[in-house]
Amino acid sequence: MITGWRTLFYKEVLRFWKVSFQTVAAPVLTAVLYLLIFGHVLDEHVKVFERISYAAFLVPGLVMMSVLQNAFANSSSSLIQSKITGNLVFLLVTPLSHRAWFLAYVGASVLRGLVVGAGVLLATVWVAPPGWAAPLWTLVFALLGATLMGALGLVAGLWAEKFDQIAAFQNFIVMPMTFLSGVFYSVASLPPPWRVVSHLNPFFYMVDGFRYGFFGVSDVPPAWSLAVVAASVAAVSALALHLLKTGYKLRH
Amino acid sequence: MPAVRFDSVSKTYRGGAGTVHALQDVSFDIEPGEFFGLLGPNGAGKTTLISILAGLARASAGRVTVLGHDVVDDYAAARRALGIVPQELVFDPFFSVRETLRIQSGYFGVQGNEAWIDELLENLGLADKAHANMRQLSGGMKRRVLVAQALVHRPPVIVLDEPTAGVDVELRQTLWQFIARLNREGHTVLLTTHYLEEAEALCGRIAMLKRGRVVALDRTRNLLAGTASTMLRFKTDQLLPASLAAHARITGRIVQLQAHDAAEIEALLGALRQHGVAIEDLEIGRADLEDVFLEIMHGAPIEALAAQEPV
Repeated sequence: MITGWRTLFYKEVLRFWKVSFQTVAAPVLTAVLYLLIFGHVLDEHVKVFERISYAAFLVPGLVMMSVLQNAFANSSSSLIQSKITGNLVFLLVTPLSHRAWFLAYVGASVLRGLVVGAGVLLATVWVAPPGWAAPLWTLVFALLGATLMGALGLVAGLWAEKFDQIAAFQNFIVMPMTFLSGVFYSVASLPPPWRVVSHLNPFFYMVDGFRYGFFGVSDVPPAWSLAVVAASVAAVSALALHLLKTGYKLRH
Repeated sequence: MPAVRFDSVSKTYRGGAGTVHALQDVSFDIEPGEFFGLLGPNGAGKTTLISILAGLARASAGRVTVLGHDVVDDYAAARRALGIVPQELVFDPFFSVRETLRIQSGYFGVQGNEAWIDELLENLGLADKAHANMRQLSGGMKRRVLVAQALVHRPPVIVLDEPTAGVDVELRQTLWQFIARLNREGHTVLLTTHYLEEAEALCGRIAMLKRGRVVALDRTRNLLAGTASTMLRFKTDQLLPASLAAHARITGRIVQLQAHDAAEIEALLGALRQHGVAIEDLEIGRADLEDVFLEIMHGAPIEALAAQEPV
């Protein structure tokens, strides 16, 4: 059934690409605004790493934030839209397996995350070039981060019955975890209790590991971050696959 | 091997309003090549039964097979053999008609399907809409696309759930000509409809559901023969005597009364005369499926049934 999942993947990609102004251009613009405003205002006041300007420090964080948020938005909004408009029935009557659903929805989410991430990088790299110490780490963390959020979006899309619930998931879980992950600051600069709390947030490891790829410096060793992120990907993927297999809120 | 086998299928919903038995021990087979009708009032369980067949719902007990493939254990093979036209008018607003059909075809692993897609577009009167976005289509046109989507992988078993609800006469004719052709070519067809004249004209065999149970299952011919075969139709502005009104089908001014033979017709006319009911446009005709349907469903008000069933 290679053709089957490939078709669903293609459909999911086409879905966001047809409205790319909203799904790709808009998040790139948002990230650029963050950089211009925070980078300009805080550049003189904040020093995170030696010899690295705050604006340059901010670039990888903003790229990763965009990758994560857009990967989540893709699978969650696609599923909830199809559920509410009822056209998910076209997919439910097909012979596609739960694995094919997972690969297609998460694959398209990863692609959108990476496309938006690349767009943010291209748009901001001119303002403050961050350097590129270990590109392979960058790529691995971008891929794993997008997979984690694509799978989490799938879980949220399956669970939610209304658009409000997806918005709540986004505003009360995804946004706080992203903002508290060290996108805008180094967790090392926090008071100790908050540092401990940050270390419980899997988003912290995604951002920290991703940033290591640019600067060769990080709050925790990248291998440790990789282990945490990979374990999170495995756990959320297993949950998403289980929900798809049992037809949770899909087949009553 | 039957095209579709329902084997002791039950479906129970447990909700705030208590336990609802949507289907109770439903068993029947549909043979390959049949044009089969599934009839029943709203809430009788028709759509629940079709949802279980399509894998959209799971039976609480019993099993369903399509060409021998269990719809749960061997779902991929069962679904490949099925083409479902859903009742709801749903569509994906991101795509054009042709894109929609290509995508649906791909889900079933069928590539290079353009010739068949063209034939579907042509036969369903969609050829000039192929590049139109789904959002731009009228309701009737969207319905045609739903039919094309169900047929895009050439399924041997075609399931149409109320395909002509709210559809204009032209589409009904186009649709039935095409479906009848596919049936002649060997496709099995399962149809649910509220238009009993359609079922009578098209279906070789019919099952009737009432409160989740099969209450009639026979060849359409036999069902028609088994009921009072004659119908007295007339118009009147007056009220019928209670003894006649209880058995009459009344639509505005038009009254229909069942009769088994000439003597009964004479008795009915005599009773009308005796009560001074003035009648016009008198006709004597054959009973149709609607009469059979009402006779079988009689005794349980349809509204009361609908209220108990889940939506």
